[in-house]
Amino acid sequence: MLRAALSLLALPLAGAAEQPTQKPESLGEPLPGLELFRWQWHEVEAPYLVALWILVASLAKIVFHLSRKVTSLVPESCLLILLGLVLGGIVLAVAKKAEYQLEPGTFFLFLLPPIVLDSGYFMPSRLFFDNLGAILTYAVVGTLWNAFTTGAALWGLQQAGLVAPRVQAGLLDFLLFGSLISAVDPVAVLAVFEEVHVNETLFIIVFGESLLNDAVTVVLYKVCNSFVEMGSANVQATDYLKGVASLFVVSLGGAAVGLVFAFLLALTTRFTKRVRIIEPLLVFLLAYAAYLTAEMASLSAILAVTMCGLGCKKYVEANISHKSRTTVKYTMKTLASCAETVIFMLLGISAVDSSKWAWDSGLVLGTLIFILFFRALGVVLQTWVLNQFRLVPLDKIDQVVMSYGGLRGAVAFALVILLDRTKVPAKDYFVATTIVVVFFTVIVQGLTIKPLVKWLKVKRSEHHKPTLNQELHEHTFDHILAAVEDVVGHHGYHYWRDRWEQFDKKYLSQLLMRRSAYRIRDQIWDVYYRLNIRDAISFVDQGGHVLSSTGLTLPSMPSRNSMAETSVTNLLRESGSGACLDLQVIDTVRSGRDREDAVMHHLLCGGLYKPRRRKDGVANAEATNGKPRDLGFQDTAAVILTVESEEEEEDSDSSETEKEDDEGIIFVARATSEVLQEGKVSGSLEVCPSPRIIPPSPTCAEKELPWKSGQGDLAVYVSSETTKIVPVDMQTGWNQSMSSLESLASPPCNQAPTLTCLPPHPRGAEEPQAPLYPPSDPHPSFAFPPSLAKAGRSHSESSADLPQQQELQPLMGHKDHTHLSPGTNSHWCIQFNRGSRL
Amino acid sequence: MGSRSSHAAVIPDVDSIRRETGFSQASLVRLHHRFQALDRNKKGYLSRMDLQQIGALAVNPLGDRIIESFFPNGSQRVDFPGFVRVLAHFRPVEDEDTDQDPKKPEPLNSRRNKLHYAFQLYDLDRDGKISRHEMLQVLRLMVGVQVTEEQLENIADRTVQEADEDGDGAVSFLEFTKSLEKMDVEQKMSIRILK
Repeated sequence: MLRAALSLLALPLAGAAEQPTQKPESLGEPLPGLELFRWQWHEVEAPYLVALWILVASLAKIVFHLSRKVTSLVPESCLLILLGLVLGGIVLAVAKKAEYQLEPGTFFLFLLPPIVLDSGYFMPSRLFFDNLGAILTYAVVGTLWNAFTTGAALWGLQQAGLVAPRVQAGLLDFLLFGSLISAVDPVAVLAVFEEVHVNETLFIIVFGESLLNDAVTVVLYKVCNSFVEMGSANVQATDYLKGVASLFVVSLGGAAVGLVFAFLLALTTRFTKRVRIIEPLLVFLLAYAAYLTAEMASLSAILAVTMCGLGCKKYVEANISHKSRTTVKYTMKTLASCAETVIFMLLGISAVDSSKWAWDSGLVLGTLIFILFFRALGVVLQTWVLNQFRLVPLDKIDQVVMSYGGLRGAVAFALVILLDRTKVPAKDYFVATTIVVVFFTVIVQGLTIKPLVKWLKVKRSEHHKPTLNQELHEHTFDHILAAVEDVVGHHGYHYWRDRWEQFDKKYLSQLLMRRSAYRIRDQIWDVYYRLNIRDAISFVDQGGHVLSSTGLTLPSMPSRNSMAETSVTNLLRESGSGACLDLQVIDTVRSGRDREDAVMHHLLCGGLYKPRRRKDGVANAEATNGKPRDLGFQDTAAVILTVESEEEEEDSDSSETEKEDDEGIIFVARATSEVLQEGKVSGSLEVCPSPRIIPPSPTCAEKELPWKSGQGDLAVYVSSETTKIVPVDMQTGWNQSMSSLESLASPPCNQAPTLTCLPPHPRGAEEPQAPLYPPSDPHPSFAFPPSLAKAGRSHSESSADLPQQQELQPLMGHKDHTHLSPGTNSHWCIQFNRGSRL
Repeated sequence: MGSRSSHAAVIPDVDSIRRETGFSQASLVRLHHRFQALDRNKKGYLSRMDLQQIGALAVNPLGDRIIESFFPNGSQRVDFPGFVRVLAHFRPVEDEDTDQDPKKPEPLNSRRNKLHYAFQLYDLDRDGKISRHEMLQVLRLMVGVQVTEEQLENIADRTVQEADEDGDGAVSFLEFTKSLEKMDVEQKMSIRILK
């Protein structure tokens, strides 16, 4: 069989992995010096070549991106195709025959799924469903239209004698060819449109079409193919009916398979709490299983994976851990990008093999013109109809971009390679035409679409940061619209979406999400959470220190804002160096990472954001000037934490956990002011010079893992190692920091030896720090400033106070409470020297 | 729709309503039908009860507020012009709406008016500002029960502060508009069938 021979010739890219012993003689570069190792090479040949090709493609990508000028003008897909051409030419010249081709089996089973999964999973679902009507129309009607008009027109061309008679093809053959050449290709569209940045609506319509038209393409291709194989004389009327029916079976069946697997996937991830490590794997496995299942049942596999990704994302994202989410995202992007790269490169390489194709100018030119023309015509006609029903009509510019953005790609190529030459005698001509069409659309259209978009001034997508207001108001608008539809009595889109959301909330989410994940699910909360993370990251990036437990509930947060707004790093460098030293020691001794994660997470969960007064920004900045100097002793705070049981329920009532938490923090103040000791001030600081203050070792990583604990436990764990180190290394640090403080701080306490003289701070009144004293000094004379004590107590009396405190905050100018309790902002907190790591 | 337009005569003041709201004849007829269907006792106006009986509104978190918006200034009834006037906010913005002569009053479905409609759903005490408390109330309606009260307060704080530009701890209508500058309000606050 010819196909078998072809597949032997072709590089079974990943397919080679299945049949590693398949290619005995077609060795690419039989280097003479490698004689000794020859047999070993055969062992590893197939995977080795696969890896090598991917490596070459990736390296090529790197090279392309070295020059920004080139990549801003030429889409990557073009460059890859051209590179493929060159490489194919080299291989052809060296090996005297074409090798390493894009093999359909490899393409459909290994290269396509990652790309489709990636696009389905990260599809903006809201946008997708908002435009579902248009997308479906273009995907179904548009593809059918393209296929039939192109096929029929080509047949007409042949009848008119413009196609050479050696192209032996009847109407059915042309329709078959039309069906495979008409489908807009998701890979090509994605590759080009991702760089063009047209507005979201336009993108989702073109891209959604390219994904959903797969079902139509598959059906048309299969129906036409079987008709051709049966011979047109034997086709019965029932076969046409079957063809129409199979359209529904294939598309709906594919979607159903995808949804079933999405359901399974969501359900499975609900129970991965103790085996987080396999979460990303599950996502990929089940999605791939969906693809293979659909392929097996000859349903639309692309549709299946798209629906799977689209359907499961919400629940999976809520269920899996944060790290898994990142892993899934990155792996998916990597795989997709890798597959895309390889596809385009192999497309280029495949084109070199002239033994496979035969040229006919009439057919090639005719096809090119027809697909462009009918695409444009189809888009205009459909858009005209659609605009009757659309709230925001698609204007002419949109239509131009949509027509021009109908790129053909590897799917068409793989399908045409799959044709059986014995049944379709004109296969070689079709292959050549397909190659030309694919190259033309990817290279010419891909190159020109960017200038075109610029020239037409197509509305670009604008990236703006999500804001809470937008998110909240958007929800309000949704509810308003749903309500208005109710009042008007018209059950339209908003009504059904509202209905679906209620159903989802009531049943689906209950079933598919673990209980602790509910909160993530809420979009407003989600935006809030992400904003906080962003703030925290930028805060930490700028050298800030993550404030822990009480830093959150006490009005110390202005520091965060001012930190972000002023150049914190400079402050740190200038003022805090001496005190920072010991901190690093501690940090390295402590099992840093988990703890940092935990604290970071808790911090964020607990609501990093605290109201700030913009107009007080300057004051805030000043107020925190002294901050870096606190580091030395703050980190030594012994905060004993009650480790919560990591039940899922804890999330449901985090205010309570927080309360427990606050009580669980024990501060052992040795011989300092009584105020502190009896107050059990949450977040008050304590020097822990002896190991007896060691908390009950809650340092076990699992207990700290961010996702396992609610936002409540924000305390710091101090392990025994820390305290062992402390007496040695901390001593000087304490002295330094103390001296630096006392030199600035409250006049009564200035007895510690001054080791470093830090420049006196303008706002010295804020410097009275937590009541601590150097361990070397048994009799602390550090007077506890009354205002500080007051503030400390007021914060600590009970956790019931905390909300009030918070409530007051926005109404309370920052200046006010600095005045009230000078310095409480900055030092009632434990810090991690996270910045030093970054 | 053509067959229905004969009913247009039934609607009192149909021309002035059309001028004010910009609704097409067909839409007005449809809305009038709906109005009459909602008006159970054929009393010629709608009461709060009439609107409350719409099932789906009861589960809408903003349902009560939206019903309330039909009854401005504490009135107990809304007649057809009033009913249509509220719904006119959701008429899609069309090209001819944008180039109106400045003498005419701003159409009800202008961006500003759409936003104002949403704004007054927040601003319960009608002082022209969304206070933190009012924001919190809305959030409580919108955000799921899974989020605790304290977190809600944090969110409310942040939301207010995000939009609050003059630092008075509340969101004025101007600030509200600004916070939604980038959003396609014309599109998001329109219903296609209300042409």
